Amino acid sequence: MTPTLFLLALFDGIAYAALVFIVALGLTLIFGVMRILNIAHGSLYAIGAYATVSLSGWALALGLAPILAFPLMLVSAVLVGLLLGGPIEWLLLRRIYDKPEVLQLLVTFAVFMILEDVQRLVWGTRPYFEATALQVLGNVTVLGVTYTVYQLILLPAVAAALLLGMRFFLRHTIIGKLILATTEDREAAQSIGIDADKVFLFTFIVGAALAGLGGALASPTTSILPGMGADMIVLSFAVVATAGLGQIEGAALTALMIGLGRSFAVYVWPEAATLVPYAIMVAVLSVRPQGLFGSPSARKI
Amino acid sequence: MKTWLLTALCAAMPLTAAAADKPASLKVGMTTFLTGPASVFGVPAKNAAEILVETINAQGGIGGVPVEVSFIDEGAGAETLTSEYRRLAESGGADVMFAAISSGNCQTLAPLAEDLKVINFMWDCGTQKIFEEHSYKYVFRTQANATPEMLAAAIYLLKTHPDFKTIAVVNQDYAWGRDSWDIFHTALMAMKPDVKVVGEFFPKFGSPDFSTEISRLQALRPDVILSTNWGGDLDTFVQQAAQRGLMNSSTFVLPLAESSLERLGSSLPSGHIVGARGDHYFRHPERRDDDAFKDFMARYEEKTGEISVYPVFHTAQAFAALQAVYEKAIEANGGDWPDEDQVLAAMAGLEFQGLGRPVKIREDHQGIEAQLMATSVQTGDHPFATLENIMIFDGADITAPVGEVSVDWIGGLDASFLDQVNVATYAD
Repeated sequence: MTPTLFLLALFDGIAYAALVFIVALGLTLIFGVMRILNIAHGSLYAIGAYATVSLSGWALALGLAPILAFPLMLVSAVLVGLLLGGPIEWLLLRRIYDKPEVLQLLVTFAVFMILEDVQRLVWGTRPYFEATALQVLGNVTVLGVTYTVYQLILLPAVAAALLLGMRFFLRHTIIGKLILATTEDREAAQSIGIDADKVFLFTFIVGAALAGLGGALASPTTSILPGMGADMIVLSFAVVATAGLGQIEGAALTALMIGLGRSFAVYVWPEAATLVPYAIMVAVLSVRPQGLFGSPSARKI
Repeated sequence: MKTWLLTALCAAMPLTAAAADKPASLKVGMTTFLTGPASVFGVPAKNAAEILVETINAQGGIGGVPVEVSFIDEGAGAETLTSEYRRLAESGGADVMFAAISSGNCQTLAPLAEDLKVINFMWDCGTQKIFEEHSYKYVFRTQANATPEMLAAAIYLLKTHPDFKTIAVVNQDYAWGRDSWDIFHTALMAMKPDVKVVGEFFPKFGSPDFSTEISRLQALRPDVILSTNWGGDLDTFVQQAAQRGLMNSSTFVLPLAESSLERLGSSLPSGHIVGARGDHYFRHPERRDDDAFKDFMARYEEKTGEISVYPVFHTAQAFAALQAVYEKAIEANGGDWPDEDQVLAAMAGLEFQGLGRPVKIREDHQGIEAQLMATSVQTGDHPFATLENIMIFDGADITAPVGEVSVDWIGGLDASFLDQVNVATYAD
C-alpha cells in the first residue's frame, strides 16, 4: 500500500466515521442517561433524512437559494426531536422505566416497526435523492482523487464540533450537570430537587434530534429509501456496544476505528469490508465484554 | 326407463368432464415486493397488473371469463411467502401463480408449485440456474434469464467500445451480484481475453455509501466500470460517482439502469451503457407507434405519474402468456374451457407478445426474450437521461441452448460470436 493510497483510505474512513458517530452519539446519550436501548433510533435517523429531502425539495420548488438546505437540515433534526422524540418519551417510555429490560427493548422495537410503516405511508417506497447541499459546497481534488467538500470537510467538522460541544455541555453547563447527576443516581438526584422526568424528556429529545441530524446530514450523499433505518441502527449499535454503552468519547473513537477499518479493507481486502465493523466488535467484546470504555456495572443488556 | 337414464348419464359423464364448466373467474396469484428495497420493482409491477387485468376484463376477459388477481408480498420473508403461496394455491383456488421477483424466492417456490400441482409463471426473477439444474412440469418462465441479459451487455460493450483494456466491477454482495459478474466476466474473457480486471468490489446489499470504492476506482482509473446494482443501490452508486467526477473518466456499464432512468434525473450523464433486462423501454423503437403500446404507456403514466420500467414489461409478458395459453387451450378443446392438463399441454412452444417483441417458451420451459441495450443521452426533452444507439438482440442467439450450463457454454464462445448474433440497431 503506497502512502497515497494510505491517505485516501484515511480520508474515506474519517468521512464515513463522522456520519456513524453522529447517529451513535444520540443512541449512547440516551442509553447513558436513561438506560434504555432505543431501537427506534434507526427510524428517527431515516425520518430525519426523509424530512430533509421533503423540506429542501419544497424550498427549491419555491425558488429559494440552495444554501438554505443547511438550515433546513437543522430544522428537520429539531422537528424529529420535538415531534417524535418528545411524544415517544412522554407517552411510552416514561411508563416502562421500572419494567424489565426485555420489555423496554420490545417497546422501542415496536415503535421502530410502527415508524417504518409510517415512512412507507408518507413517503412511499420510491428511493429519493436530494443532493443540493452537497453540490453547493463543490469538490476538492486531493492526490488526483476528487472528493466532495461536504464529505471530506463538513461531516468530520460537524462530528468534531458535536463531540466537543457535548463534552462542554455535560460538564460545564447547569443542565448538563443536572443530566450527569440524574445519570449517576436518579433517586439521589430527585431527593435534592432535580426533576428527573424533565431531565429524561430533555435527554430523549436531544438524542432523537441527533438521530434526525444524522439522517439529515446523510441525505445528500445517499438514496433515501425504506430500510435505511434498520441498517443504521445495527451499525450504530455496533459502535455503541464496542465503545461501552453510554460512553460518548468511546463512541467517537470506535466510530473512527470502524470507519477506518472498513475503508482500509476496501483497499487491501475488499471482500472483508462488510465484515470489518462486526469483526472489530467481536474482537473488542470478547476481550472486554463491557466495551472499550465501559465499566462492568454500567452494563444492562 | 331407469336403466336407460343411467346409461345416458354414464355416457354423458366423460363429456362433462372434458368440457369443464367455465369458472366464475380465472384466478391469478402474483408474488411481488410491496415492501423492502425491491419494491421499486414490485410496486410498478402491481400497478401494471391492475391496469392489464382491467384491460383484459373490459374486453370480455379470457374466453369470456374475467381475470382476478391477488398479490402476495415477497418482502414479508420466505416463510410468510411460502405459506401465503400455499394458501392461495390450495384454498384460494388460484388457477395460475406468477412468482417471483427474487431469484431466491423462485428457487423456493418452483418446487413448491410442483408439489401443489399449480401452474407457475416465473415472471421476473433472473437466476439461470432453475431450468439448468432442475426440470419442472408446472413451472414456466415468461421472460429471459441472467445469461442473455449479461451476455447482451457484454456484446454491446464490445461492439461499442472495442478497444477498452481495463474493467472494474462494483456489484451487490448477494447471489445476483456474484452470479451476474460470473457470467459477464466469463463472456468477456471468452470474447476479449486481453481485458484486465483491475478491481472487484462487492459492497453489502443496501449499502448507503460507496465513497471508499469510488476513491479507489479514481486511483485505479479503469476504462470500464460494470455494476449490476439496482434500485436504491444503483441510484446511490451513480449519484455518488457522478458527484465525484468518476463518470467522466470511466464508461459505466449498468445492465439494470433502465429502471432507474427517471429517478436519476440529470445525474446520469450521456455516454454510459444502459440495459433493461429484456427489450423493455418506454420508448421501445419497434413498439412505440403501436396503439396498444401507446395506450398502455399513457394509462400507466396517468395512474402512477412515472414512466414504465422493466418489471411492468415483465408483468405484461406474464399476462400475455396467460391470455395466449388459455386461448390456445380453449381452441384445442373445441371452444370449451380447458382443464389444467390441457393448459399445460398448450404451454409447449407457446408464443405471446406483451409490450416488447414476442416471447417464445422453449421445451425446457425457459422463455426466449429479446434484449435491448443502449447508451444514455441527456437530450433535454425529458428531465432525465433517455437512450440512443439502441441495439435489440435476438434472444435465441444469446440464451444458453437447452441442456447446456450457461457459464460452460459462454466459456466456449470466442470473438467470432460477436458477429453471429442477430441485432437490430436504432438511433434512438
